[in-house]
Amino acid sequence: MTSLTLHDVPFEPIAREARLFVCTTPAGFPSPAQDDMEEPIDLGAWLIDHPAASYIMRVSGHSMTGAGINDGDLVVVSRSAEPRSGDIVVAMVHGDRTMKRLRRRGERLWLVPEAEGYDAIQVDEHVEVWGVVVALARRYRA
Amino acid sequence: MTAIGLIDCNNFYVSCERAFDSSLIGVPVVVASNNDGCAIARSNEAKALGVRMGDPIHLIRDRLDRHGVVVRSSNYTLYGDMQRRILSAIDDFASEVEIYSIDESFLDLTPFGDRDLVAHANGMRTQVRRWTTIPTCVGIGPTKTLAKLANAAAKKNPIFDGVADLRDDAIRRFVLDRFPVGDVWGVGRATASKLAGLGIATAGQLRDMQMRQARGLGTVVLERLVAELRGVAASAVDVVEPQRKGMAVTRSFGSPVGDLETLMGAVAQFAMRAGEKLRSHGLVAGQLTVFFHTNQHKRDRPQHHGSRRLTLHPMTDDSLELLAAARRGVEAAWRDGFAYTKAGVMLDDLVAAEQRPRTLFEGDVERRARLMTALDEVNGRFGRFTAVPGTQGFRWGWTARAESRSPAWTTRLADVPVVAAG
Repeated sequence: MTSLTLHDVPFEPIAREARLFVCTTPAGFPSPAQDDMEEPIDLGAWLIDHPAASYIMRVSGHSMTGAGINDGDLVVVSRSAEPRSGDIVVAMVHGDRTMKRLRRRGERLWLVPEAEGYDAIQVDEHVEVWGVVVALARRYRA
Repeated sequence: MTAIGLIDCNNFYVSCERAFDSSLIGVPVVVASNNDGCAIARSNEAKALGVRMGDPIHLIRDRLDRHGVVVRSSNYTLYGDMQRRILSAIDDFASEVEIYSIDESFLDLTPFGDRDLVAHANGMRTQVRRWTTIPTCVGIGPTKTLAKLANAAAKKNPIFDGVADLRDDAIRRFVLDRFPVGDVWGVGRATASKLAGLGIATAGQLRDMQMRQARGLGTVVLERLVAELRGVAASAVDVVEPQRKGMAVTRSFGSPVGDLETLMGAVAQFAMRAGEKLRSHGLVAGQLTVFFHTNQHKRDRPQHHGSRRLTLHPMTDDSLELLAAARRGVEAAWRDGFAYTKAGVMLDDLVAAEQRPRTLFEGDVERRARLMTALDEVNGRFGRFTAVPGTQGFRWGWTARAESRSPAWTTRLADVPVVAAG
């Protein structure tokens, strides 16, 4: 069992402008947390590091469950990231929007599913890689 | 040497619609204005079929159907978001950007002038296309007028391949001598016909016009245009929005409004929005006009046009003051028994808030200003009209008609595109 000792910490109030809150307590101590105030964690900003070139899409189907992407998940698709072999991408195949893993096999590029029972698609003139999936978001309870 | 660029999105609204709906690629597409009234954007296919800007959709409906033209209601939520992305994409390529309209921006390219500006502009187009899928054209010249003209040339003439640089004398002469004077930025129809009377048919001829003659014929504007066509800047890239003389918030109703309560609700919204616009520009208004009228095109129906102009004293940017004035105006002008189809609130006599003439007995202006700031913050954060005054009899029975509006693909979680994992 670890024991916990409380010490008196020498404390010197410093006059400094608070960024977020104005402490108007007329007497007493300024909040010791005031100087260390930071913005709340913004998961959106972490998921979407390049908002001007990123688009959110909703996944429908099960062909990428092997990559950990499920039906109903939200993905962040970047159009500024350079697609590389090994990336999960959104591609337009004959005008339909589909998500697969981009793989180089020999001379050719393929769109490869990650679940049993789905076919790989060869990248040809009817296929356009639209963007790279850079992040995934899922809620377990609404 | 000054280098001004103008980047312009090709068929912007149609291109935005196509970005997320591939079924629209390669087919004729028309985007209709608010309330599905008129054609405000056309794909190249629709242009080829003879659909013109401003054509009323209901008048050309048969022709549209016959040729399989897809009509989309305007989706300003989407266009606004795409514009924001485009502005971000061009940011690396210009030292200053002046937004001219939702799909056009002037760029100061002077610091990049020692490079190959055509390559530079192509780099910018590639970045915009990559981030947003939206195709663009770029015009470059020593003045804004020439940049605008270069852009039109880049769009029309395939030899430019999307970028026309008119800083070179020979290229400029070639383009100006073939450019109809009526298409020059700032030359109106009346001026064009006056110029035609003098045998001036091309931009090149306008450039060679005597300055004194230009002043005599047109206005200072025409004289400045001649100077700009000669490469002498009459307007530097202006990043400050010019002060506005007046502003208006008006809408057509999706279905006619016949009761005072519903009209009041709509007008209240317009007044709130007008106040928000005023404050965002740091202006106060001295005059408010509220109007509402029946459909003027249905002459066989009973017609009424109600309108009241009210003086705001002291001048104000306070939404609640505007709202109160608008309500007084509606009450005074209201007449029962008509089907009203359009209403609006207009503000005039605008001055910068700090130049506002003070009056005695103003009340607690500071306190009201804080309330307005809070109101704008709430509405900015949680969506327009989250916070509204509890106006009696607020009713939201009216909304603009938009029968075939695309989803808010990029800004609403419930509307994001679906990608098939199949």
